[in-house]
Amino acid sequence: MSTAAPAPKANMGQPVPRYDGVAKVTGHAQYAADVPLANPAYAYLVTSSIAKGRIDGFDLTEAKTMRGVIDIFTHENAEKLKEIKFFSNGGYASTTIVPLNSPEIAHEGEIVAVVVAETFEAARDAAHRVKVKYTAETPTTTFDSPGTTSARAKGQNAMFKEDPKVGDFANAFDQAEVKFTATYETPTQHHNPMELFATSCVWNGDQLTIYEPSQFVYGLKNGVAQQLGIDADKVRVINAYVGGAFGSKGSTTPRTAIIASLARRLNRPVKLVASRDQGFTIATYRAETRHDIQIGASRDGRLVALRHEGEEISSRADAYCVGGTKTTTRLYACPNVDSLVSIVRADRNTPGFMRSPPEVPYVFALESAMDELAVELKMDPIELRRVNDTTKEPISGKPYTSRSLMACFDEGAKTFGWDKRAATPKSLADGDWLIGYGCATACYPTQMGAAAARVRLQRDGRARVEIAGHDLGTGAYTVIAQAAAERLGIPYEKVSVSLGDTRLPPAPVAGGSNSTASTCSAVITVCDQIRHRLFQALMPNETLADKAKETVGVGQTPASKAEQSGQPLDREKAFDALGVSAIEEYGEWKPEGAPKDSLQALHSGLVRMVGGPDLGGKIAYAFGAEFVELRVNRFTHEIRVPRLVGAFAAGRIMNPRTARSQLMGGLIWGMSSALFEATELDERYARYVNDNLADYLVPVNADTPSVDVILLSETDEHIDPAGVKGLGELGNVGTAAAVCNAIYNATGQRIRKLPVRLEKIEV
Amino acid sequence: MQPFVFQSANDPSAAMQALAASGGNNVTEAPVQALAGGTTLIDLMKLDVMRPSTVIDINPLSGAWSQINLEGENLRLGAMARMADVAAHPEIQKAYPVVADSLKLAASAQLRNMATLGGNVLQRTRCTYFRDISYGNCNKRNPGSGCAAMEGVNRMHAVLGTSDQCIATYAGDFAQSLIALDGTVEIIGKSGTRSIAFAQLHRQPGNSPQIETTLAPGELISGFMIPGRWPRSVYLKARDRQSYEFALASAAVALDMQNGVVRDARLALGGVATVPWRAREAEGLLKEQKFDDALAERVADAAFAGATPRHHNAFKIALGKRVVARALYQAATMEV
Repeated sequence: MSTAAPAPKANMGQPVPRYDGVAKVTGHAQYAADVPLANPAYAYLVTSSIAKGRIDGFDLTEAKTMRGVIDIFTHENAEKLKEIKFFSNGGYASTTIVPLNSPEIAHEGEIVAVVVAETFEAARDAAHRVKVKYTAETPTTTFDSPGTTSARAKGQNAMFKEDPKVGDFANAFDQAEVKFTATYETPTQHHNPMELFATSCVWNGDQLTIYEPSQFVYGLKNGVAQQLGIDADKVRVINAYVGGAFGSKGSTTPRTAIIASLARRLNRPVKLVASRDQGFTIATYRAETRHDIQIGASRDGRLVALRHEGEEISSRADAYCVGGTKTTTRLYACPNVDSLVSIVRADRNTPGFMRSPPEVPYVFALESAMDELAVELKMDPIELRRVNDTTKEPISGKPYTSRSLMACFDEGAKTFGWDKRAATPKSLADGDWLIGYGCATACYPTQMGAAAARVRLQRDGRARVEIAGHDLGTGAYTVIAQAAAERLGIPYEKVSVSLGDTRLPPAPVAGGSNSTASTCSAVITVCDQIRHRLFQALMPNETLADKAKETVGVGQTPASKAEQSGQPLDREKAFDALGVSAIEEYGEWKPEGAPKDSLQALHSGLVRMVGGPDLGGKIAYAFGAEFVELRVNRFTHEIRVPRLVGAFAAGRIMNPRTARSQLMGGLIWGMSSALFEATELDERYARYVNDNLADYLVPVNADTPSVDVILLSETDEHIDPAGVKGLGELGNVGTAAAVCNAIYNATGQRIRKLPVRLEKIEV
Repeated sequence: MQPFVFQSANDPSAAMQALAASGGNNVTEAPVQALAGGTTLIDLMKLDVMRPSTVIDINPLSGAWSQINLEGENLRLGAMARMADVAAHPEIQKAYPVVADSLKLAASAQLRNMATLGGNVLQRTRCTYFRDISYGNCNKRNPGSGCAAMEGVNRMHAVLGTSDQCIATYAGDFAQSLIALDGTVEIIGKSGTRSIAFAQLHRQPGNSPQIETTLAPGELISGFMIPGRWPRSVYLKARDRQSYEFALASAAVALDMQNGVVRDARLALGGVATVPWRAREAEGLLKEQKFDDALAERVADAAFAGATPRHHNAFKIALGKRVVARALYQAATMEV
């Protein structure tokens, strides 16, 4: 055991090394763009430099005659792709804006041409020589820009179901002893996974194989098939490893069908690796949000009224919405709650899921406001959370399946040394640096979806698990192998796992932190089918057992009971009894309360996720408490974070090593979302300016000297067979609020608009 | 990146000969470019901002041009010395902390291992509009086309030495210590070697932002010389993150003090100007004065007296002043 591999507590698996660790560090792991193709042509995108208007024409003379150029495709000569439904409205598409279908431009960086050449370099050079003539119109960029339209999210976006409310907010707020109101803002952010948006398409007759990093291979397969107008059975997506995704690779972006169409036309494999800056506009992002929070409380800190109004930017074409009020209205006990989410449309590419989509912006607002309220009440911010802790969510009174929020605060506070915090701002200093402490609640809904798996167990104790799940660097291979090993009673090292291929049984989108719960539950279900067969081979069934007891008076455990009791199994004996050397089982698992058609939908690449505020009459969330020590330089106003501590409880922890790593990454990203990450918009042109990793700031190692992750033991029997809540997106929720709360503690200054930059500090 | 001819120059005369084919009057637009560490050139070629048809690898000159020489009263640095090697040199750390720190606080460890001093001082601006060819309006790339940064996102841009044509910031750090310490730069060309004050190397944008230096096409920097020793010197750099990030404002300060009185003072500013920026008038206020905080603040005010802020970068004036005052304080109080 070590820092990287914490010793397991109760209800935790072993911190076994990563299944794919050696392959990755030795470079053997093949990512999509690494897969060798026979005689590929290379595609390079040309994207629009205007955000609104139309293409008048192209001058391709120079580009077409350059050495190595095969052809250039534009809306004038490319195949028209079929429009497919938007992901958030039950479809596959990241956006319904389909480039190359018309001369109209809907956003900056829309694909306007694809150059195909014999080499990547030739394609890129020719792309730089493509001249596009536009008629530009003045675009609408963001909130408060001329030309925005705003409307309630409800009714526009199928994933946003309700504006939660209960009681009489207006009256209760009016009567409240203490009233607090503030506005918070979060910026545009882009995922920037290390692995770029790559796509390779290979046709073999009418069979299409796609190599692309994806969080949802079945979705991509079906989405592309629809766009091309072909049978989904003709499409295979292969993607064994994903080099980071964070939500950006969950839905079908237009590029895939475009590349597939060109490959078919050229009768040759075509490979695209989009550039870093193109990734800002050909995929999705986290749009900027605004929040009005109103809290009414009693003098002793009990919330009596809460209102959260959120506004989010989306494209003209699609009503993307994160709608985090479903979480913030249910987090604390409060009898009178009101909320409203609106979508504001601008001339932008369609936003999309980005790690903890609803919670990161919405919980930032609520948890900042809670800290402000604590200041106003002269209460310790942890005590304020304790006073308002609850076992039932306030909107419809559903009980939490389990909730260890205050245990997280208590454990985290102890490790962090919260008792050394001075309540009065500007009290602590070290030389040139003012020191501040801050904390906030982290929470994330426990979600899951139907999944299928195939497991093969051999007499010699080796097993193979097949499921079209996805490992985004998260540890999916590892925890799936652990789940199978444990259930089949064989060593972890004996299990091989295949993921990321549509030839395998389907798993849901690797989003919403559902993967471990869904895939492991399916794998456990199938392993149980195998166990069942083995036990049946060795032991009598119930009737026989009963009969034996009647006749000879000696009881024998029936197979069904032995199976459930976790009794060890003599595997070799069972195989011999069956007279076979291997057993293979296919099985499907569906969470409680999942729609009837969940599995059918899953095979078609459609998502039917359940959980969070509605899991069979209960509410299921994972919780955490996050602590930040932050320093502000008195002279330069530079902000540094020497220490982050997070304590988390998320049901069963499959592997403390991978869990710690996920949560550590989350804490760092959460800190980054407050202090570093922001996509800058040139409002004149509705263009992203810092669209590269030099100017889009993310923390470097020197910015994250100490990150401490505490895993709490928690058992939850009301969620799924794996007992797992999911924690991939838990770690970066609340961190931004903890950072701003620490800035207040260090400087006495409250920052409500992210990112925090040194010029915003006044000390 | 357009296809280019790649040649290697094994000695200075071969380099001169290869570069002589260049012609034109602007080094940055010359069709023949020299490649040292490659940390700027390759980047800009991939972005299609620079399009040389021939690239001359001058790394074979490293042997002759990498020396670090502290013999005598002066410091001589070869142009091909790597940033990391100079930053780690114990005698430079002692006799010229400002030089060592300006190198150490620049870029990332990987870049410092590759980048040479000569290439570093010629590092081109990080202006995002300059580096993105999809913006048509950039006077530096397309003279006369306008400046997208002027009314655009200009938080990182310059407040000193700007013109109505260009506000792009000079991004480097090491140049600030060279200009502060009255460094000279040795330049080798086809007609021999010349030496000029480092302060004469860079040109403010004025009406021709496309011309960034006084180097002629075909010339190479062979080395730098810094006269005297400056153990009481500091490089203070304020930036958004702790490493691998350009300065929002920086100050190179060197003081010669006796009994609390400043005998000689040098001050240069980074991250705020279009070129390496020596604040001569401001540093003049320090001479023969007893150092205190009030004096430091007067110097800081004077250093930014002529600053022209734009929409997003006005904070650099206040920040720059605090950085100058703090750097002066650190230099004045350091143990030497």
